[in-house]
Amino acid sequence: METAEVTRRSETARVMHGTKKRNVRKAVTIGLFTAPALIVYLVYVVYPILSTLSYSFYSWDGTSDKTFIGLDNYIQLFNDAIFWTSLTNNAWVVITSVFVQIPLGMIMALMLFAPIRGIRLFSSVYFLPFLMSTVAIGLLWVYMFDPINGIINQLVNVLGFENVAWLSDENTAMIAILLVVVWQFSPFYMILFKAAMVGIAEELYESAQIDGANSWQKFFHITLPLLMPTIVSSSILAIVGSLKAFDIFYIMTGGGPNHATELMGTYMFKQAFINFNMGYASAIAFIMFLIALVVTVLIQIVDYNRKKKGAF
Amino acid sequence: MVQTLRKMPLYLVGLLLLVFTGYPFVYMISTSLKDQSTFFEKPFAIFTSIELGNYADVFQMGLTRYFLNSILVSVAAVVAVMLIAALASYPLSRMNFRFNRALFLLFISGMMLPIHATLIPIFKLSQDMGLYDSLLALLGPYIAFSLPISIFILTQFMQEIPKSLEEAAKIDGCSHFGIFWRIILPMLTPALMTVFIYNFIHLWNEFIFALVLVSSPENMTLPLGLQDFYGEFSVNVPGLMAALTLASLPMLVVYLFSQEKVVKGLTGGAVKG
Repeated sequence: METAEVTRRSETARVMHGTKKRNVRKAVTIGLFTAPALIVYLVYVVYPILSTLSYSFYSWDGTSDKTFIGLDNYIQLFNDAIFWTSLTNNAWVVITSVFVQIPLGMIMALMLFAPIRGIRLFSSVYFLPFLMSTVAIGLLWVYMFDPINGIINQLVNVLGFENVAWLSDENTAMIAILLVVVWQFSPFYMILFKAAMVGIAEELYESAQIDGANSWQKFFHITLPLLMPTIVSSSILAIVGSLKAFDIFYIMTGGGPNHATELMGTYMFKQAFINFNMGYASAIAFIMFLIALVVTVLIQIVDYNRKKKGAF
Repeated sequence: MVQTLRKMPLYLVGLLLLVFTGYPFVYMISTSLKDQSTFFEKPFAIFTSIELGNYADVFQMGLTRYFLNSILVSVAAVVAVMLIAALASYPLSRMNFRFNRALFLLFISGMMLPIHATLIPIFKLSQDMGLYDSLLALLGPYIAFSLPISIFILTQFMQEIPKSLEEAAKIDGCSHFGIFWRIILPMLTPALMTVFIYNFIHLWNEFIFALVLVSSPENMTLPLGLQDFYGEFSVNVPGLMAALTLASLPMLVVYLFSQEKVVKGLTGGAVKG
């Protein structure tokens, strides 16, 4: 009786000990597999964000000693007209992306299924802008928008209008750059829509055909509803991408003329690496981070509710 | 005939889009083949004569150096990312543990992150580590910012590998590392291709880290070098166009030879499957 009890107890202990040992081994395995990624990520992503937050409470030129000034950078930021301009301009990039690029991308994708000759060649060309490096795109279009020799003004002249100083005029600079942004990114949305359209069953169109639907009806009653998930995910990509916009604006105008094309990104860069206001720049950078965070959380909530409702 | 007429609007839209997307390329290449005077006299003309001198100039100004730097740093970073991300994706997608979901979200959230939020600390860090103004300074941030999308793509792919393969190997006495190395990794080849293409193209074009972390011409990557050319070439437009054409060429050639793979790579995280 007693021996049985002891045996049972030691058996339990052995099993428990075994589980513990196995758990430790498992933890070590997981640790070894994830350590390289985690270390790089902590050093170059997590730690920098925390540092940016801490720098934003200081007045600092990047080399001399930091002076703690509490929330002064943020107070200054909220009273800084240029910051508000840059925020508005970022909003314009979002609006253009969602309401111009995505519809244009959808039209391009629809064209790829059009029953016309040479469409395979067309589709290859349609995609090309997305493959060009942003810096090269910026420089190319700077010359196309040149006020005197630029090809766009030559075209404007042919149509009987006066030359426009596209990039150096406060009223046209933003429009000019947004056109380039549309040129660069529409092909990306084209590919997303193309992938979604390939997945739509042919039978749906056939039965609509039998019911006597015309092309418009087929588009609005079959294609568009089935593309909703792609439209939603494209919009998310467009919003998040627009918050990060920098390269093309920096190359083409540097945020000028008179801050007409200033973005949070270009303003932060100038404050940090040209004016050496590292503390103030950190405050801008942290606000950019917060906006991205809020947008992400909002998108997650909307997405969660959408899925819960079982829509799409 | 009636058929063709009815399709006229389609042809019209198709051609408009073709001109909109394609003309800047025609302009870039044809300008790069002109000499200065032809450029000013006939900006619209596609070919009058072919002038390759602009290309020779560009090579003399050190474009080769920028190319090599870009290839070196992009390839090194992408290869490191493929290995590091694959290692991390294995437990994240195939093992149950307490912080699994949290760790996964931590990595994935990097996709939403504006790089600007890390710029100043990374600049300071590269100075403190004595890496400032070297290609090595770019390696860390390039690897770190490529991890989120790579882990996202690889975990999705790994989840679809049947568990039974792993269990069979476990019974045969294979360790986790053995399973990863002998079973998972070989099956992962298509996903690793996607990861390679996606990251390589992004890093090949990366601009802002290079702008902040590198200053001398001999360490510049291609985008930075192009911007440098811009200053020196500001009056020699055909010369600059030759540089832009050369810089765009590798991507275009790769695309022509493997369209499917490039498209899949570029849209990596956005399109499933």
